[in-house]
Amino acid sequence: MLSRVANSIYWLGRYLERAENYARFIDVNINLSMDLPPDLNEQWEPLVKATGSFESFKTRGLSFDRKQVIHFLTFDTENLNSIISSVTFARENARIIRENLTKETWEKLNELYHFVKKKAIKKEWKAEDLREFFESVKNQILLIYGLAESTVARSESWHFRQLGMYLERADMSSRILDVKYHILLPSPNMIGTPLDFLHWTALLKSVTAFNTYRRLYGNIDSSNVVEFLVLNGTFPRSIYYCMLEAEKSLQKISAEGRSGGRNSAEKALGELRSKLEFDDVTDVINSGLHEYLDEVQLKIIKISNEIDKNFFQIKHNFITQKIEQ
Amino acid sequence: MDLQSYEFSANFDEMFDTGGKCRGHYQELLSLIKKTSSKKLGQLQFSANKTQVAMGMTFNVYHDSQGTEKILHLDIVPRVIPNAEWSMLAAGLKQRIKALNLFLQDIYNDRQILKDGIVPEELILNSKDYLEPCIGLTPPKGIWCHITGTDLVRDKSGEYYILEDNLRCPSGVSYMLESREIIKRAYPELFNELGVMPVSDYPAKLLKMLQFLSQKDKPVVGVLTPGIYNSAYFEHSYLALQMGVELVSGVDLVVKDKKVYMQTTKGLQQIDVLYRRIDDTFLDPLTFNPDSMLGVPGIFEAYKAGNIAFANAPGTGVADDKAVYAYVPRIIQYYLNEEPILKNVPTYLCREKEDRKYVLDNIEALVVKETNAAGGYGMLIGPKATKEEHEKFRELIKNNPNNYIAQPTLSLSTVPTLTEQGLEGRHVDLRPYILYGEDIEVIPGALTRVALKKGSLVVNSSQGGGSKDTWVLYK
Repeated sequence: MLSRVANSIYWLGRYLERAENYARFIDVNINLSMDLPPDLNEQWEPLVKATGSFESFKTRGLSFDRKQVIHFLTFDTENLNSIISSVTFARENARIIRENLTKETWEKLNELYHFVKKKAIKKEWKAEDLREFFESVKNQILLIYGLAESTVARSESWHFRQLGMYLERADMSSRILDVKYHILLPSPNMIGTPLDFLHWTALLKSVTAFNTYRRLYGNIDSSNVVEFLVLNGTFPRSIYYCMLEAEKSLQKISAEGRSGGRNSAEKALGELRSKLEFDDVTDVINSGLHEYLDEVQLKIIKISNEIDKNFFQIKHNFITQKIEQ
Repeated sequence: MDLQSYEFSANFDEMFDTGGKCRGHYQELLSLIKKTSSKKLGQLQFSANKTQVAMGMTFNVYHDSQGTEKILHLDIVPRVIPNAEWSMLAAGLKQRIKALNLFLQDIYNDRQILKDGIVPEELILNSKDYLEPCIGLTPPKGIWCHITGTDLVRDKSGEYYILEDNLRCPSGVSYMLESREIIKRAYPELFNELGVMPVSDYPAKLLKMLQFLSQKDKPVVGVLTPGIYNSAYFEHSYLALQMGVELVSGVDLVVKDKKVYMQTTKGLQQIDVLYRRIDDTFLDPLTFNPDSMLGVPGIFEAYKAGNIAFANAPGTGVADDKAVYAYVPRIIQYYLNEEPILKNVPTYLCREKEDRKYVLDNIEALVVKETNAAGGYGMLIGPKATKEEHEKFRELIKNNPNNYIAQPTLSLSTVPTLTEQGLEGRHVDLRPYILYGEDIEVIPGALTRVALKKGSLVVNSSQGGGSKDTWVLYK
């Protein structure tokens, strides 16, 4: 397939997943704030930090109150990672390669775009309860996934989208987990108290992992939650699982026409996957949760750069590419 | 909805004759409309609009910084053409395309028609659309204009006239196809009852025609688009999707050893035929416009070497210049020795002294057009313009007479159209599509463009026009 098209499909996968996870992000905090004891303030700063937009948020002189943060993460077109930006970029990418998408996929994505845009125009962030909105964003994206699941051929294009989706999801899961690091407990000796449990519960619920976690581990325990979301090989939002799936797709893409060994994208991905495979949760905790997640995020960026070099930037070195008649 | 208050003007109405009697081929449609409440019609219109937005059937409007995407309003009352009338149109269009194709081959090669003085030599050779690099070239299979979308109108008597030939990259065919799908949902029972000829096989016919242009058994075909910001981008991606071929832009292509390749995730793959939707002079910065960011360096050399076919062939623009238009009836007689089946609108060439004097004296009654502008830009509608505008155009003509032609104002025919005041007559034109491959085929359908403003004669989508589904009947 065309490199440009592959690039767009990859980013379509990433942006859609990003929008869905942002909806989840914000949901964590809304959930959490409802369970807080009356004397504690809601904390919105951790969301901004975990999404990596702390600097731009501060520069723009915004304050960390509920409405401003929700607006920033949802409807702010100046924030290039907000839900509205991600959905817009996803649709732009889809528009560029529309002839490669099924009619249903395009139409549902187009509807999602108009839905979010309309809410932005109506200044929906001023509403008291936005959970329904986030629910709807999630559901619409899941509908697009479902349509693809049962209508799209497992061709190269499918694998580029999967690759984008799983890399983004791994990155987002690491950030959702990182929110917990940034949420401050009133004092360090409150670790293990009911308030601490509340935080972990909200976090699990935001990734639809609460019931599964309960069944596997029973009690809420911080190192178990970390193990579950980072190292579990069966839960579809754990980082390790995402890397396994991403690797399958990357190998499918790379396998055809392979002449030598593994390409640099496969190597970078394989490195992170095997690290997750060999690490125990104690390794994660000992290196510091935040630091560990930071490293994971940097490795994902490296993988993405290698994918770009191997498949999307062919123009610059086309002379060395083999010519197929 | 009743049509008691339907106003008749002096124009030809497609549905009613001058006595207010419904024409035969509109009977069934009219009785259905009469049975349908105005509320129901409004709902049908609403859901048609909604479907268009959901499908992303949008176009970009140039010079408009606000809304970059708009839908082309699709009126839910179709336009109906009986078969006998259509057969005459189809024969006339085939004849015209055949002659224009011979004309193009001639002026880029032997120039016999110029030597014989049928068409003034300097009109062709000085035209900015006469492309030097194409001189001496014969495109694959000798075909120049593969896809044509000819504009026609009807005058007071109901007679059809050719308005423009549109031999370059006529757009709108995707609206013909998608509008049909939407209108089918609105009147499911009527299609069978009336016997409407299908248009849905257009993409298959287009693909077959494009494949025919290559010598290979299984040629690789692509649609070449300027990209997402082009007003017709929806159509480019739509046609690529419907034909199941790649949609490529300039950056996807490279030329090596006079062959054209697509850059894929697995290296380079040769491409043989391009349905190109970018202008001639943007195709190759080495041959034409050096500033073109849209084109592919070296692609024209590949074309000359016969390694890539373009539809339409570069260089066709010279034959749909509005001044050359005036000579088309003579071109038909010259090459085919036949009387033109379809008439031209009488055209005054400002380049000719007598015509120019007539135009300057009668500008209030005429439509003045630039010879090489499209889309309703750069034109003056005399009867609707102010004195200042008349004066401005008089000056423009005096300063550059070769650049202008004038025609009498035509009274375009009307079709009932749903407006806020109920059904009212609105002016329409007709754009059928003609494919030229192994043979010439006129697709039995068309884009009917409608001027939505009351009394307006400007049907261009960029100037507030809408569209109607066009039904060509089996009987």
